[in-house]
Amino acid sequence: MMNSILMALAGGALIGLAASLMLVFNGRVTGISGIVNGVLGGISKDGFWRVTFLAGLLVGGAVMGVMHPELFENTTGRSMGMVVLAGLIVGFGTVMGSGCTSGHGVCGLARFSIRSLLATVTFMIVGILTATALKYWMGV
Amino acid sequence: MDNKNLQQAMMAFVAGLVFAVGLGVSGMTQPQKVIGFLQLGTGWDPSLMFVMIGAIPVHMISYRWMRGRPSPLFDTRWHVPQSKEITMPLLVGSGLFGLGWGLGGFCPGPGLASLGAGQTAAFYFVPAMLVGMVLYHLYTRAFNK
Repeated sequence: MMNSILMALAGGALIGLAASLMLVFNGRVTGISGIVNGVLGGISKDGFWRVTFLAGLLVGGAVMGVMHPELFENTTGRSMGMVVLAGLIVGFGTVMGSGCTSGHGVCGLARFSIRSLLATVTFMIVGILTATALKYWMGV
Repeated sequence: MDNKNLQQAMMAFVAGLVFAVGLGVSGMTQPQKVIGFLQLGTGWDPSLMFVMIGAIPVHMISYRWMRGRPSPLFDTRWHVPQSKEITMPLLVGSGLFGLGWGLGGFCPGPGLASLGAGQTAAFYFVPAMLVGMVLYHLYTRAFNK
């Protein structure tokens, strides 16, 4: 447990560093859903950074996956149908709510945005209710 | 592509890499850890709470440091959202996101990093997420919101 807490802190600090690079150099909020949604709307010269950010995220994941495959294990036992449903709802909800865990939960909270605070409290509460209900009602 | 766009694109690539490493190290790319964090009761795993505790202070320092400056280093103006309006879409959308997050154990960043790592579930999650985003745009267009 102590080890996972230290890993979470160190990983969190790296996430904060990545978001800081985007802010200090590019003047941007690092919201993953917003970046993906921006690319879906078309790629312009001014928006090319979105493509390279996502490329970095995928390449970083690939490198980590080769070095430490155990960090990408998935033992939830959730069916692929549930995962697809989850993806549809996450895509719809994050665009509707203008952000996800990164844009609202990290960047927004770090600059004391009330909008992001309300968004974060909302998705945390609903996420906890959903996951806890699945555990007690369906055993997953 | 001018110099400014190129500099921004290169920095964004580096930031994406660092972000992915951070997600992997933190445990966010293991959906069972995410679900273990969201499932209260016996066996609750609080460790992912420390991702935010690690990330927010780092970002707070850089935000405070940059605030008041006329522009970021690679651009002539800031692009930080300024809206203060609390709207129904903000709350309903965030609630839906929470529902999907609790259902699958993936949020967008870890989904993409896991796709890069070749995790099977991410190959279902990410395309579905893209479809969900397009569906939202079709929904707003249909109802002219």
